[in-house]
Amino acid sequence: MSDKRTSLDDMVGELRDGMTVGFGGWGSRRKPMAAVRAVLRSGVRDLTVVAYGGPDVGVLCAAGRVRKVVYGFVTLDSIALDPHFRAARQQGTIEAMEVDEGMFYLGLLAAAQRLPFLPTRAGLGSDVLRVNPGLKTVRSPYDDGEELVAMPALTLDAAFVHVNRADTHGNGQVLGPDPFFDELFLGAAVRRFLTAENVVEPGGLLHHGPIQTVTVSRLLTDAVAEAPGGAHFTSCPPDYDRDEGFQRRYAAAAADPDAWAAFDARYLQADEAGYRAAVDEDTATDGGAS
Amino acid sequence: MSADEGVTRAEVCAVACAEAWRGDGEVMASPFGTIPAVGARLARLTFAPDLVLTDGEAALMANTPGVSARRDELVLEAWMPYRRVFDVVWSGRRHIMMMASQVDRYGNQNLSAIGDWARPKAQLIGVRGAPGNSVNHTTSYWVPAHSPRSFVEHVDMVCGVGYDRAAAAGPAATRFHEVRVVVSNLGVFDFDTPDHAMRLRSVHPGVTVDEVVAATGFALVLPDPVPVTRAPTVDELELVREVLDPRRLRDKEVAS
Repeated sequence: MSDKRTSLDDMVGELRDGMTVGFGGWGSRRKPMAAVRAVLRSGVRDLTVVAYGGPDVGVLCAAGRVRKVVYGFVTLDSIALDPHFRAARQQGTIEAMEVDEGMFYLGLLAAAQRLPFLPTRAGLGSDVLRVNPGLKTVRSPYDDGEELVAMPALTLDAAFVHVNRADTHGNGQVLGPDPFFDELFLGAAVRRFLTAENVVEPGGLLHHGPIQTVTVSRLLTDAVAEAPGGAHFTSCPPDYDRDEGFQRRYAAAAADPDAWAAFDARYLQADEAGYRAAVDEDTATDGGAS
Repeated sequence: MSADEGVTRAEVCAVACAEAWRGDGEVMASPFGTIPAVGARLARLTFAPDLVLTDGEAALMANTPGVSARRDELVLEAWMPYRRVFDVVWSGRRHIMMMASQVDRYGNQNLSAIGDWARPKAQLIGVRGAPGNSVNHTTSYWVPAHSPRSFVEHVDMVCGVGYDRAAAAGPAATRFHEVRVVVSNLGVFDFDTPDHAMRLRSVHPGVTVDEVVAATGFALVLPDPVPVTRAPTVDELELVREVLDPRRLRDKEVAS
């Protein structure tokens, strides 16, 4: 079996301007932030970002890499609204496809199952259909004759997912309480990238948790990279909680262009090791308080 | 202690929220906001013992701790990751109480954006699950700051679907649609009218009908007389104060 280990930069090196890229996790929880930082370093732009949105969306918007966001919400959880995403929407610098979060799930599922769409009640009667004129309805061919929303497949050029543990073959293990929709992001994508806090030898995952925690099978992954702190500053239980102090700094960096420039220079211009060093320095300065 | 001695508006609101779930049986109660969270717990501890409550993460709770309980105070009974929540939503075994940045005469709700959606004056959180919730299971709303800006003639973006929009969308949208109540800091509202226009069901103690009318951006249906929202019982007050919200987080949402 093949060893799928690679580097973050090699993964991101496969991206091209204008691609549609999905990011796993949910809100400010277990987001593949090391991959997002690698995207920033790569210079790739005009992305369509597909996410249960958190700071992955906000960072990429703030850095001007986004053409369009596909989302049901964007939130930082402990901070209700991501100010970078808000600014991009309010200034009209990005396009948006806003759908019900269940429609979003079915869009990923349809893509993963190679279907053109899946039917749902979600969206009927709402302005989701008004603001997305491309969305269509479909009539049940059975006796009920119900007219339902036909949620189109959200097919991705690439997907990034961050998990607690992975093995070198690309199996992924979620030790926290919720696997979210990560399997579907991978299933919906042409190129499927897994990052993990630790990458272990094949068979080693069961030393960390029961078989049910290995929710990502290697059928769903093309490459795996070890990325300690790879979800920082979002939460990645049980390995670490959200870094609330850092998240506040991130949100405050939306205040004006100078604030963002300072944040960008301190944290995002460096490589992943440089980022972690800056974060460690903050933690020492804060006395670990967050 | 008599039941109405020193009762705060927040406590009246908590009981009014609890009442939303009366008679629901074994469904998942999904409260958003502090006072709805107190209300759902209060309902389960009193008149709606079969309600199912989540821990806010990926599990259901067997016990009914306070809203600021530590993780280690929770007793969990089943796994409910987000992907499974949609199974519950689409099965209909749920009654959610969402927040509404705007709500209108027919119970349409907005939490997505203020102004023109294409380039909003204020981007909010997004439609979230409101479109799907509202056409799949019972939905109620909580508005802690009732004003003409929150109770509007037409919401800027229909997220949660109201009665007029569900009817226009056809039988697939109306089949499981029910907007039960809207609870605000001023009163309780329902849609129990011939055309499902919003009706003032009750005013909270100390609030006048004129105050509610002035704070509402459309014409409410007004019964005559307008009842007063019931006060908490002694037992309910004790549960709210001693068990469910001893740190008085409710006062941060609705001041006394």
